Amino acid sequence: MTPAPLSRREFLKAGALVVSFMMPGTVGGALERVGATTGGKPPLTPDELDSWIAVLPDGRVTAFFGKMDMGQGVDVAIAQIVADELDVAFDRVVVVMGDTAFTCNQGGASGSTGVQRGGVTLRYAAAEARRILLDRAAEKLSVEVAQLTVRDGVVSVAGDPRRRASYGELINGQHFHHKLEWNKQYGNPLLAKGLAIPKTASEYRIVGTSIPQRIVADKVFGALPYVTDVKVDGMLHARVVRPPTAGCAPVTVDESSIGGIPAARVIREKDLVAVVAEREWDAVRAAATLKVTWAQPCTPFPPMETLHEHIRQAKPIGGGVPVNKGDVEAALKTAHRLIEAEYEWPLQSHASMGPACAVADVRADQATLWTGSQKPHYARNGVAKLVGLPPEKVRAVWVPGPGSYGRNDAGDAALDAALLSKLTGRPVRVQYMRHEGTGWDPKGPAAVYRARAGLDAQGTVVAYDFFGKGFTRQDVATTESDPKDTLAGQLTGYAPKPTVIFQVPAEAYDFANKRCGWECIAPLLDRGSPLRTGHLRDPLGPETHFASESFIDEVAHAAGVDPVAFRLRHVSDPRHVAVITAAAEKAGWTARPYPNPRRGTGHVMTGRGVSYTERNGTIVAVVAEVEVDRRSGRVWAKRFTVAHDCGLIINPKGLELTIEGNVVQAVSRTLFEEVAFDRDRVLSVDWASYPILEIQDAPERIDIVLINRPDVASSGAGEPSTRTVPAAIANAIFDATGVRLRRVPITPERVRAALARA
Amino acid sequence: MSERIRLVVDGKPAELDADPAMPLLYALRADLALNNPKFGCGLAQCGACTVHVDGRPTRSCVTPVGAVKGKKITTLAGLGTPERPHPLQTAYIGEQVPQCGYCLSGWVMTAAALLRDTPKPSDTQIRQALAGLKCRCGTHMAILRAVKRAAGAKA
Ligand code: FES
Ligand code: FES
Repeated sequence: MTPAPLSRREFLKAGALVVSFMMPGTVGGALERVGATTGGKPPLTPDELDSWIAVLPDGRVTAFFGKMDMGQGVDVAIAQIVADELDVAFDRVVVVMGDTAFTCNQGGASGSTGVQRGGVTLRYAAAEARRILLDRAAEKLSVEVAQLTVRDGVVSVAGDPRRRASYGELINGQHFHHKLEWNKQYGNPLLAKGLAIPKTASEYRIVGTSIPQRIVADKVFGALPYVTDVKVDGMLHARVVRPPTAGCAPVTVDESSIGGIPAARVIREKDLVAVVAEREWDAVRAAATLKVTWAQPCTPFPPMETLHEHIRQAKPIGGGVPVNKGDVEAALKTAHRLIEAEYEWPLQSHASMGPACAVADVRADQATLWTGSQKPHYARNGVAKLVGLPPEKVRAVWVPGPGSYGRNDAGDAALDAALLSKLTGRPVRVQYMRHEGTGWDPKGPAAVYRARAGLDAQGTVVAYDFFGKGFTRQDVATTESDPKDTLAGQLTGYAPKPTVIFQVPAEAYDFANKRCGWECIAPLLDRGSPLRTGHLRDPLGPETHFASESFIDEVAHAAGVDPVAFRLRHVSDPRHVAVITAAAEKAGWTARPYPNPRRGTGHVMTGRGVSYTERNGTIVAVVAEVEVDRRSGRVWAKRFTVAHDCGLIINPKGLELTIEGNVVQAVSRTLFEEVAFDRDRVLSVDWASYPILEIQDAPERIDIVLINRPDVASSGAGEPSTRTVPAAIANAIFDATGVRLRRVPITPERVRAALARA
Repeated sequence: MSERIRLVVDGKPAELDADPAMPLLYALRADLALNNPKFGCGLAQCGACTVHVDGRPTRSCVTPVGAVKGKKITTLAGLGTPERPHPLQTAYIGEQVPQCGYCLSGWVMTAAALLRDTPKPSDTQIRQALAGLKCRCGTHMAILRAVKRAAGAKA
């Protein structure tokens, strides 16, 4: 017999998905089970051990992590660290993250510091919890602490295992009520520690093993609720309506134009226009139908093909010369030979897999935000300011979203939702459309680099001069803690204030005279710009190191030295040497003439290239092998060998997968990605107008050599290999073709044109 | 213009009142509260919304719900369950494929149809069958490993 059709409500109940844990009021219910109850718990401040670790009566452990995992398994690494310090089985540890009600502000996902910084306080806290539990056990069992051993959360007397006490018994349903020493900082620099000295690497059993991510199964069975799946009772669906041309304010909004759409209405606050409706499809239709007249276009952008010329000519708004050793100008004058080159990198979009979504429920005296933003604690502050509530009355709950890779559109959606909820008096769900996700996210900055090197008669580098100029990486800040850094804020009267911040190459080349400097230029449009810049994975890293590592290759070539040997000749730090050597060895690199004399006369030319960089303590070297099709100009980045040293490795398999993702995404940015625009609008608004790598262009193989340094504190892995890839590809193209491609993306058209010029 | 529309979703009959021009994706997500097909573009450019309609991988974001009346819709959650996983789901877990996982419906539902029709695909056949799908996290290497692993598991 066929069962009767289910109503929506029954379908909801019968469906595999349980989203109710995200509903207000029931959040506590789910979290209670992992020890997040507030009853009797001291206030959520970083100097309380209870803010970091809870031990439940049944022996399970909850770690409260003030950063998040964005899909690479940082939470698994944190659980490994906590399990090892506490001597409990990995499976007993639950990590709660991204909820401002239960976690301290450790900076959110930021700069690959999940383990590097976020893990440090969790390690200290877990060690301190173990110390306290052991003290209690010693008292209870009437022995010295030194006589105790711990196995999976059970403390026993060495040599007399019947005398024992479990962590659950020792904590006895209580909180620790124990103070830590806190450095009074929030965000990435937050550090809190107790008296306990954490274990040494030789004592780790769980750290260093490839424990898989539990959450992967939920994703694969379609059971993981994302931020796009949050539903709140009484929620309205909203769509924003952005101006067709950048910087244009709405003049008139014809509400009657959506009169035929059920319960759809316009919400306008100053220059922000949105529509809301009870049903999502009605909101979609209303946004597409609404008639708005906008102010005359103001042509804020230069013609796209002159963007880099604009950067060269524009008046700098700030700059610096952080590296200045010897006398570069004088040394260049003595040089026997001068090598010069310029490199260009375009504007790029986060182009997240899904456009951003946020849900906000703003009431008179409190508010809740569900967001995919990487920095929920800061988003809470921004919402509080925008809607006029104290931050402690706003709760932000991070829910996984499409991978953000920096300050993507999620931060804008969060404040849009909050403002619309305040204006409507209802919970509001804002879902951007694709054209907003790609067309209006903050962009990775475009830049121009000029490099010069002087060689003496023996081919020794006597001077090295590297200069970058471009847009700052922070027209909008890396967090949403101030409405001025969001579209909602900028459209309702908050004046933006860019931070001037750029970078110089991170490497260890030792040249007698070396200078590295930079300058930033002003944004093209002062507010509400679809070309405003913001952090995109490894901000400015691929830009800068595409240029610097391409140039080092050019210098090596001019000096007649093998590019691996050249790098090794100028680097002395043993870790850097080891990484370059490991990549070369694994790739089977042997010195030979350059470009490849055996690249072939057929349509497909092959070559190899090397590149090496550092990022906040993590050292990466990459060897790329490419095929270049002479006729079509297509480049296939066919094979990569990556050597990676980020200190102590917590989870090798997770690290390898993270590196693979970096490499593939960096291939995409190098070969395909460029934001197109005309004088007054962004033209890259979907996947057709902003293509990224597809699977036919994925490499054939990526080999990874992980260099584990148990004696060196872990540094980040979420970004460093991104910056190493672009130059490795460009250098391999030179090897294959004898032609230098100095502008990204290296599209087939540009390759064909370069080959034709050669 | 709203109509009563009946579908069979993941083996269960379901019905809703909707504008037949509304994309199936909105019916699944908003009306039936099924979360796993995702809104990625609404333009048939990414695959995040892919479901099987009578066994065929279909981009639900551009498929009017009125065009699939009475048809069998299978989502990622209906392809297999933790108790009875599809070989691709097992392989995806084994290879730890997803990072954010937002793209999964496209890759898994498309590959499931490939493996049904071509149980032992070559690398080239896999790449051709999966062309046009997007994964912003760059998990393509793991996707290729998982599809090959699932093809082996089916043998
Ligand atoms: S959402 Fe349907 S193809 Fe992108
Ligand atoms: S796993 Fe994030 S888009 Fe594919």
